[in-house]
Amino acid sequence: MLKQSDKIFTNLYNDFGWEIDSALKRDDWKNTKDIISKGKEYLISEIKNSELRGRGGAGFSTGLKWSFAPKELGSRPHYLVINADESEPGTCKDRDILRFEPQKLIEGSLIAGYAVGAHVCYIYIRGEYFNEGQRLQEAINQAYEKKFLGKNACGTGWDFDIHIHYGAGAYICGEETALLESIEGNKGQPRLKPPFPALVGLYGCPTIVNNVETIAVVPTILRRGSKWFSSLGKPKNTGTKIFCISGNVNSPCNVEEEMGIPLKELIEKHAGGVIGGWENLQAVIPGGSSMPLLPKKVCDTITMDFDSLIENKSGLGTAGVIVINKDQDIVACMARIARFYKHESCGQCTPCREGAGWMWRILERTVKREATLSDIDLLEDVTKQIEGHTICAFGEGSAWPVQGLLRHFRKDIEKRCSGEPIVKKKRDIPYLVDQHLLEKKNA
Amino acid sequence: MPKITINGKEIEFQKGMTILQACDLADVEIPRFCYHEKLSIAGNCRMCLVEMEKSAKPVASCAMPAAEGMIIKTNTEFVEKARKGVMEFLLANHPLDCPVCDQGGECDLQDQSLYYGVDKSRFSENKRDVKDKYMGPLIKTQMTRCIHCTRCVRFATEVAGVPEIGAIGRGENMEITTYLENSMKSELSANVIDLCPVGALTSKPYAFEARPWELKKTESIDVMDAVGSNIRVDTYGWEVKRILPRINEDINEEWISDKTRYACDGLLKQRLDVPYIKKGNKLEKSNWDEAIKLISEKIKKLEPSEVAGHIGDMCSIETIYAFRRFFENLKSTNLEIREKKFFINPQEKLNYLFNSSIVGIEKSDLILLIGCNPRHEATMVNARIRKAFVKNKVPIYSIGNPGDLTYEYKIAGDRSEDIKNIFEEKNEISKILKKAKKPMVIIGESALETKSGGFIFEGFKEFLNNNGFINEKWNALNVLIQNASTVGGLDICSSFFEIQDNFSFFDKLENKKFKFLYLLGSDNLNIKKENEFIVYQGSHGDRGAEIADIILPGAAYTEQNGLFSNLEGRVQECRKASYPAGDAKEDWKILSLISEKIDNKKLFKSFEVLRNEAIKEIKNFSQINQLPDFKKSNSKKIQFSYTPEKIDIKKLDYYYSNSICRSSKTMSDCRLNNKSFLKDGTNN
Amino acid sequence: MSIKKIHSDQPKNFKFTDENLLVAEEILKKYPKTNKKSALMPFLYLAQKQNQNWIPLAAMKYIAKYLSIPYISVYEVATFYSMYNLSPVGKYFVQVCTTSPCLLRGADKIVKICKEKISPNESELSKDSNCSWVEVECLGACVNAPMMQINEDYYEDLNETNTIKIIDSIIKNKPLKPGSYRGRKNTSPEKLKNLIQEEKNA
Ligand SMILES: Cc1cc2nc3c(=O)[nH]c(=O)nc-3n(C[C@H](O)[C@H](O)[C@H](O)COP(=O)(O)O)c2cc1C
Ligand code: SF4
Ligand code: FES
Repeated sequence: MLKQSDKIFTNLYNDFGWEIDSALKRDDWKNTKDIISKGKEYLISEIKNSELRGRGGAGFSTGLKWSFAPKELGSRPHYLVINADESEPGTCKDRDILRFEPQKLIEGSLIAGYAVGAHVCYIYIRGEYFNEGQRLQEAINQAYEKKFLGKNACGTGWDFDIHIHYGAGAYICGEETALLESIEGNKGQPRLKPPFPALVGLYGCPTIVNNVETIAVVPTILRRGSKWFSSLGKPKNTGTKIFCISGNVNSPCNVEEEMGIPLKELIEKHAGGVIGGWENLQAVIPGGSSMPLLPKKVCDTITMDFDSLIENKSGLGTAGVIVINKDQDIVACMARIARFYKHESCGQCTPCREGAGWMWRILERTVKREATLSDIDLLEDVTKQIEGHTICAFGEGSAWPVQGLLRHFRKDIEKRCSGEPIVKKKRDIPYLVDQHLLEKKNA
Repeated sequence: MPKITINGKEIEFQKGMTILQACDLADVEIPRFCYHEKLSIAGNCRMCLVEMEKSAKPVASCAMPAAEGMIIKTNTEFVEKARKGVMEFLLANHPLDCPVCDQGGECDLQDQSLYYGVDKSRFSENKRDVKDKYMGPLIKTQMTRCIHCTRCVRFATEVAGVPEIGAIGRGENMEITTYLENSMKSELSANVIDLCPVGALTSKPYAFEARPWELKKTESIDVMDAVGSNIRVDTYGWEVKRILPRINEDINEEWISDKTRYACDGLLKQRLDVPYIKKGNKLEKSNWDEAIKLISEKIKKLEPSEVAGHIGDMCSIETIYAFRRFFENLKSTNLEIREKKFFINPQEKLNYLFNSSIVGIEKSDLILLIGCNPRHEATMVNARIRKAFVKNKVPIYSIGNPGDLTYEYKIAGDRSEDIKNIFEEKNEISKILKKAKKPMVIIGESALETKSGGFIFEGFKEFLNNNGFINEKWNALNVLIQNASTVGGLDICSSFFEIQDNFSFFDKLENKKFKFLYLLGSDNLNIKKENEFIVYQGSHGDRGAEIADIILPGAAYTEQNGLFSNLEGRVQECRKASYPAGDAKEDWKILSLISEKIDNKKLFKSFEVLRNEAIKEIKNFSQINQLPDFKKSNSKKIQFSYTPEKIDIKKLDYYYSNSICRSSKTMSDCRLNNKSFLKDGTNN
Repeated sequence: MSIKKIHSDQPKNFKFTDENLLVAEEILKKYPKTNKKSALMPFLYLAQKQNQNWIPLAAMKYIAKYLSIPYISVYEVATFYSMYNLSPVGKYFVQVCTTSPCLLRGADKIVKICKEKISPNESELSKDSNCSWVEVECLGACVNAPMMQINEDYYEDLNETNTIKIIDSIIKNKPLKPGSYRGRKNTSPEKLKNLIQEEKNA
């Protein structure tokens, strides 16, 4: 278990107050000026060395991403954009950072902004987090008052401003290019890549997009050193991570833990165990709704980090752990997730627009036991036809959970699909079968 | 040049190309729906997926830039699976109503599903129901068929410059619509019908008229304005069923205006099919013999100076030449082609051409509009200016206020004084003009119609000449002619013109000097008829026929062959797609008949002879379909007086500008629909 | 998400109040001068707040003119995002999260209570026109499931009893306090906070 002294987010539950004065007591904004004065190169290489991977879902190396920003400021300004859209079902970690640890985020923004050459930072907060946004705005105002932001921010010689932009209820705006579109005042429809935002992003300018948690851990890493951070967790999966444990556990909660903690330990120690005991566990979605679920057998031993989850055909995603026990109808639960994706598809590209609803409809029929055996294969085909064919990763996000379900619970589904197929094998119903094919067979 | 390997074959491509374009180069076919050369890349249909080495996922070839050393495969099982998958999704919610869909036979979805699809649908859910949208009198919608390729949205926003179509909602409920289902306020709106790859947007006037394979297709030229858009005329028997654009990158690219496309139902209405003679106060049906006899008798009795002719807006070069010969035989010099008193100096051809050429617009770095509204006067020229504006951000200025042109421009004055100041270098425009490398000055008929018309034209010509802007490489002087017949007519009839006394025909007409007026398809001339004897020869019972004493039924532009010189001076051939209505005859034949009656001489032996002679009359002629040769200007500046006055841009009744439009139900629907349009611009 | 219904009874005119005009100008300052369109979403939100939590067509036109953008762009954006209401909603607008994490902990019961207490159908005003409810997708408070949002506030860790209390309170126009209804501190593990957090580490 993570030592108390290694926790980054000590005010995760607001035990001490969010205001800047309490934050300063927790060492936020300590030595910021000195850290920044070590220069861009240092900052980027230090973050690279810490092996910090993005906390927004994809787990891309943060230091590497920063290094993609053009080294020199050209005629176009650079932007830093912070992704606080947090809409992945099962995830609610950024909310706590916005509410209770805003200064970590603000300080991190200044450092990241300096490292990538941005004078302006937009924080994109999902519209539903109105109160959280107001709280963050207050925190930003407090930081301005202390001259941590604005002209010559924190005495670093770097001008830095932070603006909040609210979303308005669209999960897809978490996808970084859709998010940029949304800031530009458009529908949140992802852009084609290349070009990547690091070169052509917000308003056509170089833009670095990072998750709230990614940015908020940056100041602590730099204060305590990349070695400290990379000593936590596992190689390539370093540091601490906020896990959101929801679903059928006795005590759902957010908790900061070391990367690579065994899932079972996480659930038992922090969330009071599965309702009805570990044996009552049916499956766990380990990383927010987009990640394929894991059956109990895998949950017994799996550790929570990017690489071991990928090995098990799932992913750490946002570390939103959704626990499903045996009292639940797993298919109904996944059908509801499919409905989520149907509802949130932006509608831009064909496979996602047409496929998300199709998957949901088949699953709904399965729940109602109206599906046929052939529907299961069809469902699998549909997921395969979406996966990899869409503009953004939403396609995978919608297809993977269904694939996970089919992979691990196919037998259960088959049991429900006792309905007779409309076209029975080997019994041709002329109305549905091409006449010329029939003739050939008969001949 | 960089190289790319496609299906094992290495080919060279140009930097900036996409994989799809490189595949086109290599003659490898890539299925597509959303991609269109003239529109921005959307990459949303996902039909064009190909396999790229080192990429685990297939890539959308329309959006992925080709790069040196890329290895692309399009014929693997991997690609086929991806295509089949996308195709299945596209068809999932698409109704299977091909038998009642007007797109049938020319539907991209139909064609491509045949090659890339599977034979059976596995989609057993209910198909999506989408409410149809009202999009005005031209566009019929059936939105369940929409595959959300957004071509229509991109066309409206990018090419037409009227961002009025959009995709509302999201996910599977995304719907294409205009704002609150208003019609699209654009003269280019119907191009979305061609663009729509499925039957979601089809032609309302043409609904259920015919199947594409039943139609005879004739390649021809449009005469609704002086642009000379390339068109295809589709006929079923005598009837012209529809008109579609033909690609000509030099002129209309692949668009045409709504007028070009839809005035054709006017060809079926108000047609003159027999000669008429006014008896008492009534026009009565007659026959050719009687009418021609009457005309020849009338003419013989008059002095040549009392006989005059006016050429209408849609006459071919051959018809005009025949008319000139007819008048030469009569020894009359009273011939005019203009409908209004706008100044023209026909001494040199470059004096009445759009010399920079339409493609030249895209090379220009400054555009100055002088008293014109290209949007209404030459829609396709306007579309090109918009393209240059969007693509090259070319700065545009205007003297006079033309209203909404679908792009931004600055008004640099609206009086003749402002123009005088340009010549005298007292206006900021003079500096901007001189600094430009390839400026364009576009002078409209409205400017030439002012009292200072001559002053304005000669002044600009001198100014541009002095600054080296009129030469073989770049000619900045442009006159924006409005009618299809004008440039050809000026070539042929220039000898009838007096430069200083530019409007002698009009003066004589007003002063009632003519006793006999021959209107050759002329419907827009302002005549206060008193005692003149008027002969009208033309295709429609319109304004000219109303005041005529004798009506001779002629052929419309789709019913006779003829050459037309567009505003650039490019000579193109308009072809016979149908035949004249009833007893009507081709125009040159009618003139020939009358001539024969008067002095027993045939005007021409045959149409070929007529054409060959007429071509010789075309100044600076190079080749059919080509721009004319450049001849250096060597005439001296002619001094004209200058009057301080406002440059009023005369509003064109766009949907009612000629006799065919005025007979067209579709055009009057559009006109009604757009009543507020001239007033409010596009955003209301 | 089905296409939003445009309310049939539309006000003729819309204008930002003087106060909101000032707010609007402040919003515009956040974005580069050449990218005024960025203010579209905040403006729609502002208009919605000014107009009893729904956006009339007149407001869309007004905003389009304000920002010099085409009407259709405003319309597209207003129909794309689920938080813009294009027809009236209750003064108390209840949004019940029913996505899986909440569903696992009984969101359907909350929906049932809304149906009984407010109106049998979604997006339908209650009898006194004071409340309406909708089912929404994950609101990002999954460890406090089940939960609902009333106007801007989150009501978390609900069960049937306290949901009924809360709904009753808004029907009576005396809303109860938002937050956790199991008395725990935010997202902390309820009974077994393993270690008291220390304010400072290292
Ligand atoms: C459909 C979709 C939704 C996403 N939603 C979020 C989100 O809500 N919050 C977030 O931080 N990242 C989200 N992402 C990931 C972002 O695209 C992006 O990878 C991330 O913001 C990068 O930040 P990081 O490198 O710090 O993780 C989403 C991605 C996809 C494809
Ligand atoms: S209406 Fe036609 S052109 Fe427009 S998006 Fe649909 S399919 Fe494409
Ligand atoms: S043609 Fe490439 S995605 Fe449509």
